Amino acid sequence: MIIQNFNPLEDEMVTILDKEGEVVREDILPDIEDDKLKHMYKTMLFTRIIDTKTLQYQRQGRMLTYAPNKGQEAAQIGSVAAIEKEDWLVPAFRELGAWLYKGVSLDQIYLYWYGNEEGSRFEKDVKVLPISVPIASQLNHAVGIAMATNIKKENDVTLAYVGDGGTSEGEFHEALNFAGVFNTPNVFIIQNNQWAISVSRNIQTKSETLAQKAIAYGIPGVQVDGNDVLAMYAVTKEAVERARRGEGPTLIEAVTYRLGPHTTSDDPTIYRTNEEVEEWALKDPLTRFQKYLLDKGILTQEEDEKLRDEYADQVTQTFKKIEKTGADTKLIDVFKYNYAEMPPNLKEQYEEQKRYYEGGEK
Amino acid sequence: MPLLNNIGALTYALDQEMERDNTIVVYGEDVGYEGGVFRATQGLQKKYGVDRCFDTPLAEAGIVGSAVGMAINGLKPVVEMQFSGFMLPAYNQIVGHVARMRNRSRGSYNLPMVIRMPYGGGVRALEHHSESLETLFAHIPGLKVVIPSTPYDTKGLMISALRDPDPVIFMEPKRIYRAFKQEVPEEDYSIPIGKAKVVKEGEDITVVAWGALVRETQKAIKEIEEKEDISVELIDLRTISPIDKETIIKSVQKTGRFLVVHEAIKSFGPGAELMSIVNEGAFLYLEAPPTRVTGLDVTVPLPKSEHYFMVDTRKIADKIKELVEY
Repeated sequence: MIIQNFNPLEDEMVTILDKEGEVVREDILPDIEDDKLKHMYKTMLFTRIIDTKTLQYQRQGRMLTYAPNKGQEAAQIGSVAAIEKEDWLVPAFRELGAWLYKGVSLDQIYLYWYGNEEGSRFEKDVKVLPISVPIASQLNHAVGIAMATNIKKENDVTLAYVGDGGTSEGEFHEALNFAGVFNTPNVFIIQNNQWAISVSRNIQTKSETLAQKAIAYGIPGVQVDGNDVLAMYAVTKEAVERARRGEGPTLIEAVTYRLGPHTTSDDPTIYRTNEEVEEWALKDPLTRFQKYLLDKGILTQEEDEKLRDEYADQVTQTFKKIEKTGADTKLIDVFKYNYAEMPPNLKEQYEEQKRYYEGGEK
Repeated sequence: MPLLNNIGALTYALDQEMERDNTIVVYGEDVGYEGGVFRATQGLQKKYGVDRCFDTPLAEAGIVGSAVGMAINGLKPVVEMQFSGFMLPAYNQIVGHVARMRNRSRGSYNLPMVIRMPYGGGVRALEHHSESLETLFAHIPGLKVVIPSTPYDTKGLMISALRDPDPVIFMEPKRIYRAFKQEVPEEDYSIPIGKAKVVKEGEDITVVAWGALVRETQKAIKEIEEKEDISVELIDLRTISPIDKETIIKSVQKTGRFLVVHEAIKSFGPGAELMSIVNEGAFLYLEAPPTRVTGLDVTVPLPKSEHYFMVDTRKIADKIKELVEY
């Protein structure tokens, strides 16, 4: 049992792998097969490379606004790796690693950020919800999914994400309160990356930790080193098992840092110091995990370099494909998904626009 | 055939559909054990258990937001907003997600769900209990907005709403919840969403109303037709969105005059949309300016002055005469 032994009111935080990649808590080290460890690392690396290249594409004017994930890979992959295929994933909007791990393709992800709704057309069995822009509102969806799981007497767990800024929203409160009252199989991950655009974590709440908010809802809350993928995994796994046993929801605060801007439209140098960023860069979740795997012999240096080249190539190819086809949108698609069947006003407007774009309608 | 009032017909429809479709779950504030402050869900928890009809914490965004998740996970939630004036905390969910999930996900996630809410004035209530906010929903693509005016329609429209693949806002004129009874068939029937009903045919003027004001308008018409040589066609809109343009335009092309009667405030209200429809569809047939009798552009007053705000029989009758004599 990890969760109950770390008191969020005393600012205790679960760390297993320190920033040098050394195991500091052998007693709670999760038992993960080598293949899975490698898959987790590969997804983190892939996420990092996508992120880096996407920022470049955006700077070149080839991509719309993008929300980078750099620094938060462990918070995402450590948690999502603890759920199963039949479980649900409810993202906010900065969960690239989680989407990939759960089975969303990079093609889809690029389509979305390229400005095409087709990017959120997910296969039913992926069980991932589209990006939710209104902050914290997605948590209530996660609770509803889990309420339905209880009503249908099914067994899946719903994992949901929110940011530190999101904990100030009324919907955060409503969702956690519902989850507690209805004892739902939910795991909530707060990616506390210290900054909600330019507003620092201290301005969001007077609470010492975000995890301690759980106490008021009568559910467990725990603070985890969000840059430690093994700690994130161990704690989320325990929370998922609790949920699956019918013991209800858990709130996990992943203490992490957004090394990049909020989105590509943001300039973080206005509101935070280089020293702060450099300090957090030393706690990089990817290098920490890489060192651990190299030390254990699960990964070799050559393999790692090969992966980096492979992924860079894959990202380039995928982006080029989306650049070529991602703008192939049709006028009818603007209309036809608003309702199951187009009502007369939509039909009328579609016909009118079709005449206007006559010849232009692809 | 049972003789039912509007609230009885509503419970009847929910009960019959819950029996038929075990994915329907009904919940909200006071909805479960008590059966709702207006008793719309009375007896449902007892009959179907707490899994299918239950009380929630007092949190409208939580109620609607969780319904989004439930619908995604295969259930058909019917949630109650205790009064339409208390719906506003849920408006973020309604506009931000309920209306958009199908489009956002290109049809991979659809939200068959019904959001019910009593609305409208005339019940001597406190602040925030008397508004008519149908425009706030009708303005949002992805929603359907339905308002019944009789027990027969309440059952038929609720059945349609429950079987609709898209989210339906079901607004209930609470002033007439228990105002009158009507025979409501036991059998399964539905009234199509998006179709208005010609309640009474006439020659000189078309009057469109909905909700509690259908009855008020009927009274006005009766008075006028008894006294004057005027023949009025009355249309019950039944669905605010998508609006049945065809029935309205056809009627105005016949009568040449058009009056909208609604309780919502006038400016930017549903009447303005109807004016446009008539202008675009029947301009050359008009013999008088399309006109509105509505609530006032003010905050709904508290009970002692609410009557100034309300649309009554005389206001309607006066306007009908004025337009016919124009």
